[in-house]
Amino acid sequence: MSGRGAVGRLTSAIYFREMPAPITDEVRLQPASDQSLLIYFGERITLEAHQRVRKFLRLLESEPVAGVRNLHPAYCSVLIDFDALKSSHEDLEVILRDYLGRLDRPALPEPRQMEIPTCYGGEFGPDLNELASSHGMTPNQVVELHASATYVVYFLGFVPGFAYLGGLPESLATPRLDSPRRNTPPGSVGIADNQTGVYPFDTPGGWRLIGRTPIAMFRPDRGTMSFLAIGDRVRFTPISAERFVELKTA
Amino acid sequence: MSSIRVESPGLLTTVQDLGREGFGAIGVSPAGAADPISLRLGNRLVGNVESAAALEMTLLGGSFVFSGGGIVAMTGSDFGARLDDTDVSLGTSMQVHAGQTLRFGPTRSGSRCYLCVQGGIAVPPFLGSASTHLLSGLGGFEGRALRKGDMLQIGPQRQPFGKRTISPWVTERLSQRNVLRVTRGPQADWFDEASLRAFFAAPYRVGEQSNRMGIRLEGAQPSPSKVISMITEGVSLGAVQVPQSGSPIILFVEQQTTGGYPKIANVISADLHRVGQLRPRDEVRFEQVTFEAARSLLITQEAMLSSREPILE
Repeated sequence: MSGRGAVGRLTSAIYFREMPAPITDEVRLQPASDQSLLIYFGERITLEAHQRVRKFLRLLESEPVAGVRNLHPAYCSVLIDFDALKSSHEDLEVILRDYLGRLDRPALPEPRQMEIPTCYGGEFGPDLNELASSHGMTPNQVVELHASATYVVYFLGFVPGFAYLGGLPESLATPRLDSPRRNTPPGSVGIADNQTGVYPFDTPGGWRLIGRTPIAMFRPDRGTMSFLAIGDRVRFTPISAERFVELKTA
Repeated sequence: MSSIRVESPGLLTTVQDLGREGFGAIGVSPAGAADPISLRLGNRLVGNVESAAALEMTLLGGSFVFSGGGIVAMTGSDFGARLDDTDVSLGTSMQVHAGQTLRFGPTRSGSRCYLCVQGGIAVPPFLGSASTHLLSGLGGFEGRALRKGDMLQIGPQRQPFGKRTISPWVTERLSQRNVLRVTRGPQADWFDEASLRAFFAAPYRVGEQSNRMGIRLEGAQPSPSKVISMITEGVSLGAVQVPQSGSPIILFVEQQTTGGYPKIANVISADLHRVGQLRPRDEVRFEQVTFEAARSLLITQEAMLSSREPILE
């Protein structure tokens, strides 16, 4: 008996070592409205939660669930809008539990490496100087630091083509403006807490603006429409005002 | 093809249908008619499919010249429509002859009036829908509200005129807007008992800054008892979010697709059309129902709408 037990323990030890990284954050399902359901992959912003969000999304996109109208991925959750005349929270939960049980299966493609040429400071980055001095840095140091990191597109949300980029160097984390601007010119590059991002449209916004890119972040006449996609790796490259104009008119 | 010339656009007039689905993951919210039931009934009056594109007017209507005539109907709120010099009624189909002008004034009831035309308003679809998304300037007529001088094309008109009217009891039932029924929001338990009681106890006043993105409410300011920084997540249509100021906002058809404020409640699907008719300074009270009750209210409403009952021929 004891020998068999030992073998059993040994087997399970090997078994666990071959499993992917242990899942520490429990999945939680919660109704958000009478026609939507939130699936939380833990309560923390981690790359691991992000991978699970993407795999879940991939499963839902490759095997669409009848009655599902919209998917809203975020840092560590996915909101599912459904047609309440065709489905219910209970029906959907049963189906989604099965999807969640197969999360290890979908393979994610190699992330794309994307570059966002950015003209920092001046009229394009009205908050650069203040942000720099709040961290005891020079504007140039902020630019160097911001352009040195590789960011991850955690998800797209807010407005069409707005990518939430994680991976901002900790020393650049800055709270939002006390009162949001009524207008942010398209292409504005901003910082909010430990996130950075680019405004695709002229919208109200409370992120601190440090520069601007000539790239159109969302173009309805482009195949993929959004310049960035969930999972992309992104770097910002400093460019001059002249280069900005060249690229803008190209 | 027949066309409509915009003589004056009114306060805010856009092309809307029932919105676009399936693009939430790239940040595109559905948009579409703020009061989809009025749009659907209006389209039935003129012999269209329920989802055809129409004009949505807000608070103050415009003037529209019909070059080639057409079959039209107005639904939603009464904007005092006149065909040339004659008063015309809401909720009934009628014929407009070539060269006639439909004029609208300020609202006499809620905030939105729909002008439906047989054949629908023909605009190039964006992501499968004719709806205008004002914030991003996408969809509808050039992605924007109508302006003086715009020429709108009307789709093919193939059906003979039939006199159709919305039955008065349906109009009566749909015109209520002083109570919004809600289900618990995903962060309802972040708010203490006192906050939740206050939220349901007294009516809120609809703020002047309300629009298709959100309805701002003035009144009790619930404050989360838990001090947790919220991680941005997807937000559903009709979510009642409570920003730091404490004044709740109902996220509406042109809503942001994700948000970082706690949601105390969510307007039930069967009452979303009421939100579309709320106008500034209206008073509105919240009433909590269970998810099951919300679903059966929607099923009952939909059974009524999809029957022959609402339209008298």
